[in-house]
Amino acid sequence: MSYLRDVAALARKDLLLELRARDTLPAMLLFVVATFVVFHFALPGSPSRLAASGLLWIAILFTALLGLGRAFVPEREQRVLDGLLLAPCDRSAIWLGKAAATLAFLAAAEVVALPVFALFFRPLTGAMVLGVLLADVGICAVGTFLGAMAVATRARELLLPLLFLPLSIPIVVGGVGASVVGSPGRYLGFLVLYDLLFALVCWASFEYVVTE
Amino acid sequence: MGRTHRIPLPALAVLSLVLVTLALALVFFVAPNDADQGFSQRIFYVHVPIAITAYACFIAGAWKAFLHLWKRDPDADLSSYVAVHQGLVFGSLVLLTGSIWAKISWGHWWLWSEEQLVLFLVLFLFYCAYFMLRYSVEPGPQRANLSAVYALFGVVLIPVSFLAIRLAKGLIHPVVFTRHGPSFHGWILVTYCVAQVAMLVLAYTLYRVELAGKRLDLRLRELKEVLA
Repeated sequence: MSYLRDVAALARKDLLLELRARDTLPAMLLFVVATFVVFHFALPGSPSRLAASGLLWIAILFTALLGLGRAFVPEREQRVLDGLLLAPCDRSAIWLGKAAATLAFLAAAEVVALPVFALFFRPLTGAMVLGVLLADVGICAVGTFLGAMAVATRARELLLPLLFLPLSIPIVVGGVGASVVGSPGRYLGFLVLYDLLFALVCWASFEYVVTE
Repeated sequence: MGRTHRIPLPALAVLSLVLVTLALALVFFVAPNDADQGFSQRIFYVHVPIAITAYACFIAGAWKAFLHLWKRDPDADLSSYVAVHQGLVFGSLVLLTGSIWAKISWGHWWLWSEEQLVLFLVLFLFYCAYFMLRYSVEPGPQRANLSAVYALFGVVLIPVSFLAIRLAKGLIHPVVFTRHGPSFHGWILVTYCVAQVAMLVLAYTLYRVELAGKRLDLRLRELKEVLA
């Protein structure tokens, strides 16, 4: 159980940092609402049900990228990562703690974004919200992992979208499927599969990303 | 160095030349014309073997990456990179030949309903990012680790994307193309098998050539450092 305690401590550190500095979450909120407004003018008139669902998923993905790009910045700037690697905890706990904190930010941004989407475009369905939740888990698991890879490179934030977008295509397929079809079971199941599979791979290989 | 490489490189080169020539001869002169698509269907004997070869390269790259992470095999990082590089070269050829085939058969250069083509586009983007990643890290153990982990993500992504593209087709196109049915027999099968073996041997030869070049480069750099 000390593993979970480590994860909780690491996640709490990030949440506390955000509460005090307020760097990431306001930016994500403003970004997602501004994106919806841009989308409205990019698709004039009232977009179809399919197009509107697509917009939601683009907005979520890009908002998540905004948050993920920031995720490891404090670690890099203050050299926290070196300290964390010296701490007597499992290395994968660093990933899990960071993923949990990023998930909290993304979910908080969506608490605002989903009602705004419903107001601007089309009403929400239960399957859609469930799809968003499942997709968030996958986005944060994979995105945090790739964020840790990206900060180790020279290109830094530039690289994260390039690494992440090809891996996010299955999430978009599952999410859009859950939002538009009558019986979304298959698509939700696919999202669960994606989450489990990639969380396992990330958990098992994170140590190699932060150590030599 | 060269512990499992028993076949000498010149022999491999000759073998791939013979096999590719034989495969082309079979494709153009022996394989029967397709009843539906006529002569143009023969691109099948190039397109499909190249696609399988590209998968084989990606899987080989991931396997070498796994060996790097697991056994700390000092040679595995370079082999993994070279295999992925060959995979990307063959992957680009898949997109090219698939596009040509789509244009001739259906009149469009690109069809989103073609599962394999879309899958290769996703993989193409993914492995291009692999190169971006690799070239923005200084050479050393960290680069080897990051590349290896990303290459491993690739083999997880292949089946997941395949499933995703299947599912995505259900959103708009409920009908699934069945292009070449199970009617694989006689010269069609022989031609296909020869072409497949030829492509695999060709890929292996190219892999060995590139690996030899890269190793020579590395040795040269080491020698220069010693002399400096």
